[in-house]
Amino acid sequence: MTRLKSDVRHPIHVSLNGEPVAGEAEPRTLLSDFLRHQLGATGTHVGCEHGVCGACTVVVDGMLTRSCLTLAAQVDGCEIKTVEGLAPAADRLGVLQQAFRRHHALQCGFCTAGILMSLDHYLARNPAPIEAEIRDLLSGHLCRCTGYTPIIQAALEAAAQLASSKKETSDA
Amino acid sequence: MKPPAFDYLRAETVGDVLDGLAQHGGDARVLAGGQSLMAMLNMRLAKPKLLIDIMRIRELRKIERTADAVVIGAGVRQADLLAWPDLAEALPLVALALPCVGHMQTRSRGTICGSLAHADPSAEMPLALVALGGEVLLRSARRRRRVAAKDFFAGMMLTARSDDELIEGISLPVINGSNFAFREVARRHGDFAIVACAATKTPSGVRLAVGGVADVPTARDWPRLEGSALDDALNAFAYELGARDDVHATARYRRDLVRMIGRDLIGEVLR
Repeated sequence: MTRLKSDVRHPIHVSLNGEPVAGEAEPRTLLSDFLRHQLGATGTHVGCEHGVCGACTVVVDGMLTRSCLTLAAQVDGCEIKTVEGLAPAADRLGVLQQAFRRHHALQCGFCTAGILMSLDHYLARNPAPIEAEIRDLLSGHLCRCTGYTPIIQAALEAAAQLASSKKETSDA
Repeated sequence: MKPPAFDYLRAETVGDVLDGLAQHGGDARVLAGGQSLMAMLNMRLAKPKLLIDIMRIRELRKIERTADAVVIGAGVRQADLLAWPDLAEALPLVALALPCVGHMQTRSRGTICGSLAHADPSAEMPLALVALGGEVLLRSARRRRRVAAKDFFAGMMLTARSDDELIEGISLPVINGSNFAFREVARRHGDFAIVACAATKTPSGVRLAVGGVADVPTARDWPRLEGSALDDALNAFAYELGARDDVHATARYRRDLVRMIGRDLIGEVLR
């Protein structure tokens, strides 16, 4: 049993995109704020802060997770994957990210990090999705720019590409 | 917004949780998947002094099938139950309703029992519990008790749980040889329902349970009714639920949905 006092910052250790990292958090610190302010991983965006918009979606121990509905204290010792972990290298985009660019599946980009995390997680487990499944998945995200259609096209094209060529994962 | 300050207790055993609840009572809240409670904290609708995280307690993460029931522990996530291979056969109504609970991104962490503890009148799991006549298993440092679904929900976001009690799990009956139907209307898929209905065939007729209209999910049993007798019964039920206007829908629209969905579902289960 571990009890963390409310007015003290406590050390939190996680694996972020495969790298062991640490920061400090009060019990009330949200994972979204911990990622951005303590770990400097500002790719995860904060939208509504009550679990509705999906902008802050990350993957914790293989589970899609609203980082605004999760405390940093809850994920101590967990493996976290964020949008920073999607690109194979600093100057290269992954297959899904390339498809987003080709299809104009983002405009302002605020919602994009969360949507990419959901799709990356889903396509890894469901390599041959149909459109209805992608739509169901996207119901957990709000996008005010695209009207979703280009996002669906990008997701389906990325899925087909990933299925046809498991090796080619970058544009380099 | 950000949550107010609280202490955080990572419980390793059920005993840790019960001790914490016995000591702090209403100042403590149990944190499971957090998909309802964290939103309440962020909006400062809840201001507990202590959060007790139960998700590292292995014994609460079990789905157990007995001869005539399925017992679902407090740590079982909605996605865990959806992935349970026996779900469609043992709990067909839950298999129909669960995909409508939130979104894939919230079912991955949200728990079944957390949804019941939150007791939103529009939520699907409270409706399923009432429709099936399940029980809530409550435990405090002093005692254990089982509360029938119809007695558990006491009002909008209110339950019969005492401040020192943990919802240790729920028990849902496995009902063989029946038919089940579920349907809801929401603004978007995954939103809380404007009206949600579940119907089951019973030995003497049919049961219809309705969520999203009254303050608590409400079930009604009827003998086998048809034609205008069924219409009259549904109309009376729709009015008795005391629908109110809100930003999502008018009371009249809600009554209409109860009548129309109710009739469809009863037709489906009695076919």
